[in-house]
Order: sequence, then structure tokens, then C-alpha cells
Amino acid sequence: MLGKLSLSAIPYHVPILVGTFIGVVIVGLAVLGAITYFGKWGVLFRNWLFSVDHKRIGIMYIVLALVMLFRGFADAIMMRLQQAMAYNSPGYLPPSHYDQIFTAHGTIMIFFMAMAFMQGLFNLIVPLQIGARDVAFPFINSLSFWLTTAGAILVNISLFIGDFSTAGWLAYPPVSELQFSPGVGVDYYIWAVQISGIGTLLTAVNFITTVVKMRAPGMTWMRIPVFTWTVIASCIMIFTTFPALTVAVAELALDRYCGMHFFTNDGGGNVMLYLNLIWAWGHPEVYILVIPAFGVFSEVVPVFCRKPLFGYATMVYASLAITTLSLLVWVHHFFTMGAGANVNTFFGIMTMIIAIPTGVKVFNWLFTMYRGRIEFTAPMYWTIGFMIVFVIGGMTGVMLAIPASDFVLHNSEFLVAHFHNTIIGGVYFGYVAGMNFWAPKVTGFKMSQKLGKAAFLFWFFGFFLSFIPLYITGFDGMVRRLNHYDNPNWHFWLQIACVGVFCILCGVVCQLLQIFLGILNAKKPENVDVTGDPWGGRSLEWSTSSPAPAYNFAHIPVVQSRDAFAYNKEHGIDTRRTDEPYQDILMPKNTSAGFWHGMFALVLGFAAVWHIWWLVIVTVILNLVLAIGYSFKEDKEYVIPSSEVERIEKEHSRKLMTQVAE
Amino acid sequence: MSESTRHRMKKLLPKITLSVVGLTSTLMLGGCNLVLFDPKGPIGQSEKHLIMMCAGAMLCIVIPVILATLFVVRRYRASNKNATYSPKWDFSLPIEICMWGIPMCLIAFLAYQTFVSCHELDPYKPIAAPADNPNVKPINVQVVALNWKWLFIYPEYGIASVNQLVVPVNTPIAFRLTSDATMNSFWIPQLGSQVYVMAGMQTQLHLLANSQGDYLGESNNYSGTGYSDMKFRTLVKDDKGFQDWIEKVRASSQELNNDTYAKLHEDSIKNPVEYYAHVEPVLFDTIIAKYNNGMVMDKATGQMIHISSNQSGEMKHAEE
Repeated sequence: MLGKLSLSAIPYHVPILVGTFIGVVIVGLAVLGAITYFGKWGVLFRNWLFSVDHKRIGIMYIVLALVMLFRGFADAIMMRLQQAMAYNSPGYLPPSHYDQIFTAHGTIMIFFMAMAFMQGLFNLIVPLQIGARDVAFPFINSLSFWLTTAGAILVNISLFIGDFSTAGWLAYPPVSELQFSPGVGVDYYIWAVQISGIGTLLTAVNFITTVVKMRAPGMTWMRIPVFTWTVIASCIMIFTTFPALTVAVAELALDRYCGMHFFTNDGGGNVMLYLNLIWAWGHPEVYILVIPAFGVFSEVVPVFCRKPLFGYATMVYASLAITTLSLLVWVHHFFTMGAGANVNTFFGIMTMIIAIPTGVKVFNWLFTMYRGRIEFTAPMYWTIGFMIVFVIGGMTGVMLAIPASDFVLHNSEFLVAHFHNTIIGGVYFGYVAGMNFWAPKVTGFKMSQKLGKAAFLFWFFGFFLSFIPLYITGFDGMVRRLNHYDNPNWHFWLQIACVGVFCILCGVVCQLLQIFLGILNAKKPENVDVTGDPWGGRSLEWSTSSPAPAYNFAHIPVVQSRDAFAYNKEHGIDTRRTDEPYQDILMPKNTSAGFWHGMFALVLGFAAVWHIWWLVIVTVILNLVLAIGYSFKEDKEYVIPSSEVERIEKEHSRKLMTQVAE
Repeated sequence: MSESTRHRMKKLLPKITLSVVGLTSTLMLGGCNLVLFDPKGPIGQSEKHLIMMCAGAMLCIVIPVILATLFVVRRYRASNKNATYSPKWDFSLPIEICMWGIPMCLIAFLAYQTFVSCHELDPYKPIAAPADNPNVKPINVQVVALNWKWLFIYPEYGIASVNQLVVPVNTPIAFRLTSDATMNSFWIPQLGSQVYVMAGMQTQLHLLANSQGDYLGESNNYSGTGYSDMKFRTLVKDDKGFQDWIEKVRASSQELNNDTYAKLHEDSIKNPVEYYAHVEPVLFDTIIAKYNNGMVMDKATGQMIHISSNQSGEMKHAEE
């Protein structure tokens, strides 16, 4: 009846987990209690969880990302503490627990923090930036979000029921095979990655279609804002490479569930097949994440330097060059497998060629700042910090790309330092810059710049404190994922890294404070964004009110130039076309279908992990019935009458006028 | 920009600069003690020089870029009304050519280095006898990764050891490696390159130690619970010391045959050093063959040869 699930799967004998569980229950009850107390259940479901509005889905993605950041960061602190303590001693975490933590840290940070954050930014900004009223497939957008969320929930269930994979964030066989991982941990990994992977793939389809088909009139390809260009680049990579991930993980699942031999030691299996497949996705994945961050910087820098982006065309071509090249470098993750010198040379050189378009981008931002009037807002702090941190990460990346030096740097702490250097310094700094930059547009209020800058400083110095020691221990021959060690030199540096992680913790606390205080003080006049254009923006999203109305644009704007909104402001053109008559607007209705698909997928995943086959069948049928049923639904849209549109637009115009009058 | 922000920025700039300078100098000063910068063999030495040269070449661009960023940020702050402001300027062909050209030149240089070093330092390429020891013959060592220990077989001597690798100084070492459990990576940081160790496959590695000593060897690919303790000591001895060690192993009472191998194959963590006075000559090939229907590739000829089914059958049986 319950498959492999029994009471013994509950880790009530592990104090850390029991404590965590109690904490989660208390926080959970507090949140649920608050929702009940304020009578917000109906609002929560109807207006948020069932929403197909890209702006609300975007916010939900970012909330998910921040919750997952919290989880992944807790893992990071635990790992740093363990390594700081475990010199000539076992530390406080046994390998079985520690190994789950580094696996969960990587899995959660990439799949559920970074990917969720990225899709959140896509959702918040892309339709507004191209002058569209929503994405091409609003329901699929909701479905994508709920599938990602289902995957995230599944990973976190593994904390309290059963255990998580110990095989690392990419679940390398043969450790991830049944022979060496007989528990359910790898199965949790498989189902979480597969379910959220479908969501991500659908996001890519959705946004490629949106950008190709739904741009405002006049927005030719070379007038598309750079952030949207980077979204296209990222989505093309998702679209091309996520199937490789799906296949690799599905074959691993077949090995584990059906006794097949794709990657087993025996029966003709080959672990290197898995490594090739997973990295055919895995390397483009880091560019999937970082290119939109480059897009954010390309939006932030011109706005706060008060001049257009230097070398727009170069920026676009560089993004597309990276997109193409990223598909040709995967072998650099296993130069040490014993491939021939020519194979290694090819992939080494292809990898370092990517440094060219990436370097060009850095010069582009630099020359955008050159002869500008730089305003040091929080987004700008993150951007400048990025430029300093990222060039170092790029350099160490090229060091790893040279096969002969990779032979001594591969898999060491040097590698760990390198990818955190690019993922924190590039991806995370970029997304946070984006969050600080676009928060007023999304919420209608500015977040505290002081706290934003404080958060940046903690992150910036915390980063160096945490990861320079890892570069050094890497040079000292320390391999990654060690539970304990006996080298006194490493001990010294790992203690410094532990200090660094607490420095970053202060940064995270500042960010949470920034958000909470932002919400608390949202109504204060100095925080409210009345005009919808708090920074002097250059692209179309700043032409709407903050937050943008459900329909985004009463009249679809007409684009006459790159940096359309800046051009219109300069030439006195009314982007909102307020003097033209308003018309009824047809918008997609909210639907619970995406939510239920996600929940059924979650139960399906859980049932499959524990081999509860009847429940698997039930949830598959439920999903099919729901999909078919929803496809028959005809009443999927509602009309916002022209009078309502006019009221909203007049109200915004009135606010704009008073602002100007003041 | 407000006055206070400007002050803060002024205070911040030297800090950022300091941290960057601090980073570089720490790396350089600390370099003397770090094992990768203290190699004990020609492979490690070449790799050290390669890393230093490439990092140096890149720092020639990276440091100016960081300094230029800091300079531009400071010079073109909004409050500095003396700085030129070109609100329309967004293109310059000469700058575009430079910004593509400079990275291209750097990468062209590094690509050349990559090509040369890749062929020079190919782990499969045998190492010539060193100049001061021209007549020495390479020593063969067969490495088997087990959960979670290393087995070293010396085919020329018919002996084996666990978690202790002993090699003569100034002698090329030819490793053949396989795994009879999870995948690992075999790495002695001070001697240089590592290579993956996988079940059913054999990889090769050529190293040479040019000074006597006791060096750390480790697994560099996560392989399960006992991974952190999957370490061994590499003792590099002079010829006499090496011969003495051979004799010591030969004096051991243990032999490595199907039965004792089956026992050794069981999972163990922190396995003590063990010596085997005698090893079945085909043991290494048998371990590979049991994952390949009894076949193993003879690396010298590239031919697939069959390990007698009896033996591999026994091995498999013994393992179960």
C-alpha cells in the first residue's frame, strides 16, 4: 500500500533534522495563522496562486527563489562549519549527512534558487519591456511555475521523509546507481529535477514565442532591449539543452527502476556516457543563468550612467556567440577522463574562446560608464562589484580550461572557488541588481538603498573571505567534498572561509530586512513610486505605472528607436498615447489548472520515489483528465471594459501631473 | 549623488583596491608553501609553469581592467561636474576593434600554449628516462580503486600493497588504472596530473618523481561514504630503499588470490597499509574483464584478448 515508505523513513533520531522540522512547523503555522487571521485565503488563491498574470507569477518565482536561497544558504553554513571544525576530528556531521548537504546545496541553488530567480525576472520584465500585455501562453506560464515549485517542495520533503541523494548535484554514476545508493535519495533528486525541468523547458518555449511574436510595432530585432536579447539567448539554450538533462536523468531512472544498464559498471553500462549527456546540458546551464544577468547589467549601467549602452550591436552578437559556443565545450568538465590530446585541445580552446565575447561585454559596460554621470544606487553597487569579481572568475575559468593545468586543478577546491566566483559574482550579483532595479516597477515602492548597499558590501567582502581561501587550498592540493582532513594549512584557510560565510550571512539578513522594511514602509511618500519611472529609465517597462496595471499597456506603444522610452521622452512623444480613445481589453482569466497540475506532479513524484505504484497511476490519470478537461474549457478570457481602462489610465495621468506640479 | 554617498564611495574605493591587491599578493607569497607550487617531478613542474605563465598573461589584462573600472567609476561619478559627459556617445569603431582584438590576441596566445602543453603533458605519453639516469627502465604499477582504498600491483615484482605507493626516484612510472567499485580520480598533487579511474575501463598515467620524499595521494572524485579517507602515502625512495621495500613486501605472509581479493574488495574505510607477497599475474586484467564479458584490451597492441572464463568466473563468484 505505501511501497517502501514506513515509519523508519522519518529521521526522528537526528537532532538537527528534528530541530529544523520544529522550526519549519512553527514558521509554517505562523504564516498559515496570519493568513487565516487576516482572512486572506481567498485573495491568496484567487489572485496569486491561480494567477496567470506574468507579473504575479514573476513575484511568486522570486519568493520561491528567496525561500530556496535561505535553504541552500543554511546548507552552505553547515558545510563551512563542518570543514572549519573537522581538522583531525570527525566534525559534527557524519559523512552520510554531510554528503546529503553538499548535494542538496548544489541542487537547490542551481535548480530552485538561480533558475527560479531567473524565470522570475523573465516574467516580471520581458512582456513589459517589449510592449506586450502578457506572455504568449499565460496558462503554460502558471504551469511552469507550479512544476518548478513542485520540484522544490519534493527536494525539501526529503529532509523529513527518507533522505536526499549523496551523489553530488549532478548525481554522477556509479555512485548514484542502485548498487551504491540503494536508498531513496537519488530518486528524490531524479523526480525533483525532472518535474521542474519540464517547467523550465515550457518557460523557454513561452518566452521565445513571446519575444518573437508579441513585440510592440516598430520594435525590430536590433531595437530589442539587451535584457530581452539575453532572455532569448538563455531560452534558446534551455530549449536546446534541457532535453539532454531530461534524457540523462531518465536513463538513470531506468537503471534504478527497471534494472537497465545505461550507466552501471556492468552489463555494458558506461559512466562516461552519463557525464557527456549531463554536461551537454550542464555547461550551457551556467550560461543560461549568467547571460540574463549580463542583460540586467546592460540595463542598469546605461540608466545610472545617463547615456546609452556602448556597443549595442556588439553586446547582442556577443550574447549570441556565447549561446553558440556554450554548446561546444562540455568535455572541459572531464579532461581527466583520459581522452586524447587532440580532443582535449579542441575543447580547451573552444572554452577559452568564450572568454572573448565575455571580455568584450566587460569592456562594453566599462565604456558605457566612461564619460557618463554615474549615480551610485544599490543596483549600480552590485554591478561594479560584479565587474571586479567576475573578471577574476573568468581568469580562473580559463586556467581550468587549459587541459594540462586542469590536470592539477580539476575537482579541487580551486574549482569550487571558481564556479562560486562566477555564479555568485555573475549570476547572483546580477539577479540582485535586477531585483533592486525593477522592484519599484513591480511593487510600486522603492526598497531601501542603504540596506541594499550594506547587503552588497557584506556579500562582496564575504565573497572574497569565503572563496579566496578555497582558491588557496585548491593550490594546496585539497579536493572538494571532503568531510574531514588532517592538513593544518587547510584548517587555517577553511576557518577564514567560515568567517566569510558569516559575513555573507549578514548580507542575506540585510537583503531580507530590505524586503521586509520595504513592504512595511511601502506607503511612505518618499518610497512610493508615483511616476512609474523612478530612475529615469530607457526602456518601455518604465512607461507604465508602478505596479503596472493588469493589462500593462492601454495602448500598445509604438517603438521608433532603440531605448524606446528614452527616445520618446526626449522627443516629447507620449508613449501612453493618452489622447487616443480607449478600447476594451481582452485578458486571460486566472485558472487553478496550473496549480493542480503542479500538486498532482508533486504527489506523482513522491509516490514514484517510494514506489507507491497505485498512487502513481492515480496521479497520472488525474493529470491527464485535468489536461484534457482544461483543453475543452472555452471561457478562458475576460474583458476589461474601456471605461475601466480609462479610469485607471486617467488616475495614473493625474498622479503624473501632480508629481510634475510639485 | 548625495554628499554622503560620495564620501562612502571614496572610503570604499581604497578598500576594494586593497582587497584586490591583497588577493594577488597572497596568492603569490603563499605560493611558496602550496603543494602545487612545490612540485616534485617534471610533470608537476611543467604544469606549475603553465599555470603561472597563463595566469600571468591574463593578469596583464585583468588587473588593468579592474583598475580601469575603479578609475572610471571614480572619475565619472555624477557629482564630478568637471568630467566630460557625452550623453549620446555609444559607438566607436577603434574601441570596438580593440575590445575584440585584445581578448583575441590573449586567447590566441593561450590557445597556442594549450595545444603545445596538451600534447606535451598528455598523461598517456610515456616519460623518457631522465638525463641523470639514462638507462633506467620505467616501472609499471597497476592501480585498482576499491571502496574506499587503493590497491597497487607491481607486475614486474609480483607483489601488491594497499594504501601505500612506493616508487624509486628518477624513474618513469607507468600507471595503468581501473576501478572495481565506484569511479575515482587518482591524484598525487606534488607529482602532477590526475586521471579518472573507472570500472571496466583502463586509463593510463605517466609520472616521475625527481626527489625522495613522502607525498600525499588522494581520490579526487567523490565516491561515497569513505571518500574523505581514501588517501594514500606516496613514498619516493632511492634504488636501495626501493629494493628494501620490495623485500619487505615479499616477506609478508599475505598473498593476493581470488579469496583474499574478495575479502579486500569488501567496503572498508581507513584501511591500514597492507602488503601482499604474491599476486595472481592476471588479476588486473581479470578485474577489467569481469565488466566486459571476459574481454580486456591489450593496450600495447590494441587487440581484445579473452581472460580465461574460468578465472573471471571465479573472480565474479568470489565477489558475490
